[in-house]
Amino acid sequence: MTKLTRRMMLGAAAATALMAAAPAHAVEIEYWQYFYQQRVDAMNILIANFEKANPDITVKMTTFPYDDYRTKVAAAIPAGEGPDVVQLFYGWLNDYVTAGLIQPLPADAFPPDQIDKDFFPMVQAMKVDGQYMALPTAVRSLALFYNKRLFAQAGITTPPTTLDELVADAKLMTKTDGAGNIIQEGLTSGMTGQDHQWMREVLFRQFGTAPYSDDRKTVTYDNEAGVAALKWYTDLQLTDKVTNSTFMDEAQAAFKAGRAGMHIDGSFRIGALQSTDGLDWGVAELPAGPTGIKSNYASYWVNAITSQAQGEKLAAAEKFMAYITSDEAMDIWLKTVGELPAKPAAALTDANKADPIYGPFVNGLAYAHATLFADETTQRTVLVDAVNRVLLEGQDPAESLDVAAKAEQAFLDKFFADQ
Amino acid sequence: MGLFHNPTVEQRRTRWAWTFLALPIVFYVVVRFWPTADAFVLSFEKWNLLKPREFVGWKNYVELWNDPVFWKVFRNTFAYLLIGTPISLVLSFFVAWHLDKVRFMHGTIRALYFLPFMTSAVAMAWVWRWFYQPVPIGLFNNLLSSFGFSQIKFLASTTNALPSVLAPAIWAGLGFQIIIFMAGLRAIPGSYYEAARIDGVSGLTVLWEITLPLLKPTIVFIVVFSSIGFLRIFDQVFNMTTNDPGGPLNATKPLVLLIYQTAFASYDMGYAAAQTVVLFLILLAVSLLQLYIMRDRV
Repeated sequence: MTKLTRRMMLGAAAATALMAAAPAHAVEIEYWQYFYQQRVDAMNILIANFEKANPDITVKMTTFPYDDYRTKVAAAIPAGEGPDVVQLFYGWLNDYVTAGLIQPLPADAFPPDQIDKDFFPMVQAMKVDGQYMALPTAVRSLALFYNKRLFAQAGITTPPTTLDELVADAKLMTKTDGAGNIIQEGLTSGMTGQDHQWMREVLFRQFGTAPYSDDRKTVTYDNEAGVAALKWYTDLQLTDKVTNSTFMDEAQAAFKAGRAGMHIDGSFRIGALQSTDGLDWGVAELPAGPTGIKSNYASYWVNAITSQAQGEKLAAAEKFMAYITSDEAMDIWLKTVGELPAKPAAALTDANKADPIYGPFVNGLAYAHATLFADETTQRTVLVDAVNRVLLEGQDPAESLDVAAKAEQAFLDKFFADQ
Repeated sequence: MGLFHNPTVEQRRTRWAWTFLALPIVFYVVVRFWPTADAFVLSFEKWNLLKPREFVGWKNYVELWNDPVFWKVFRNTFAYLLIGTPISLVLSFFVAWHLDKVRFMHGTIRALYFLPFMTSAVAMAWVWRWFYQPVPIGLFNNLLSSFGFSQIKFLASTTNALPSVLAPAIWAGLGFQIIIFMAGLRAIPGSYYEAARIDGVSGLTVLWEITLPLLKPTIVFIVVFSSIGFLRIFDQVFNMTTNDPGGPLNATKPLVLLIYQTAFASYDMGYAAAQTVVLFLILLAVSLLQLYIMRDRV
């Protein structure tokens, strides 16, 4: 086999083609991800397929509980005890890149301009100095879950497509007891769930402001549009009275228990809802804003090769990376985990778009934004507190948002000064 | 030389003592003292686990001084201490004092008081979290609304949340303190009470002049022990407010939870170490102060 054909075959991502370039003797590489049954099942299928195509490579998967995962990875990789290929949340990548703990994907097997073309644009956040550092198998987006039984009872035939319709439908489904306590919510709310993402990337944009500047160093929501978004959201509880942020402890619990008409959540909620007996639910795209703007929030986990993989292991890790980011892997991931393919060509197929459950999520990806958090926990708290000041302390939304913006800006300034 | 070749009985004994002590000493040095010392060093450094540690001088402490969240958390920590310790002390003494006189089903009642102490703090926090929910799932609010009262926001309130979180923590610690108090009560010689009875002294005077003074060592122990417990409160707060740990608006956040979040959510290890040093100093000061106040009566 000539060198030329070998390189061409390496360029192709298909695992069968990669077999030809496999080293002559056995190599074992280690892969880490957090424990979530469906993700482990999907990865086991991918590893079996990969090992069948590459008999000389074995992949050992190690998982950790989700709550410990970030700490384990952060402690193991700098100590040189980590895996060769690791799954990281996209928001963590920057720390690993600046610490030199992961290797750029080689341009011959992962040509950057090809990836730019093939993957959803939000994946370009994984490109540093023209080289891709990591790639996702799947992406997640938000959509509106609705309870079909409550829709029928309220005489609602189609899910809302605008924020005004959302409030109107929610009012039809809200029930209170004699004392005015909500006993059935029209719409769930809870900034500690996915609502903070909905506000940041969807509501702010729909009311007319981007949340951050393009270089993500400046907070840009502290303006009339931002205040309007915050006021609209807090009014759901304060004046429209269609929701209570502490109802049934958690928004998803209220929806799961059939006590809420509508609920905004990520595609990762599908599995839990599918296993809930007696709940008849549907999915719709997020409602459009007052001026018709559609937006969505997307996030993803990426796979990266650590600086620990060298020589044969590096070659094997690159092949493994190529396979787990292939169209075939994405399809397996969608069917097993329910997460959407990271490439438009694989995600936006007619079958997916028409799928009653995946369709709204897939369609949402076309106009989704992925927030590049400096620290998701801190930035989440900023918006959680902004809403709490309005709901619990009666603060004016404009004042509350101003406090939030200043706090977040101070945090971002510190973060970027340290970089 | 003599020590190794021809040891006396005394030397032999010393050698054995050190041999047996070596294991716990090594253990304490490796898992306690060394990390503690390292935390002091780390508090002057910047470290996110990924990059090498970097010396930054007093920066973490200056930042801490200027951080409004830290001061809020500082006040919360003392609120837990200053509300929790006296209430639990009085309650547990009251129960122990009366339980000491009860003969009927004494063991069973004592076991019932002790039960919460043996229950996992996490499980208990979650059960209480559900008790506190608004209607239709919260026990307390369901009761209130079925009697026609308006609901109380227990956890979703910046003023009620801290006492609501503290209540199960006090309840859980009660059993242990009752047992200690009862042991203390039993240790007081019966002849003192007999003498008081012969002199015709009132019950209150007996309590004030005999029981309480003789219980001083027990009270000191319980005050120090429960103070440290309330200053280190974490499980109850974290589990009752997992969605917004220490919330709403930091109303329930104690220092330990702030340290946990700084270290394992923001990965700012140096800053977390500085907070830990402050917690250490508070614990040290409170313990020394209490021992000092109670010294002459022990």
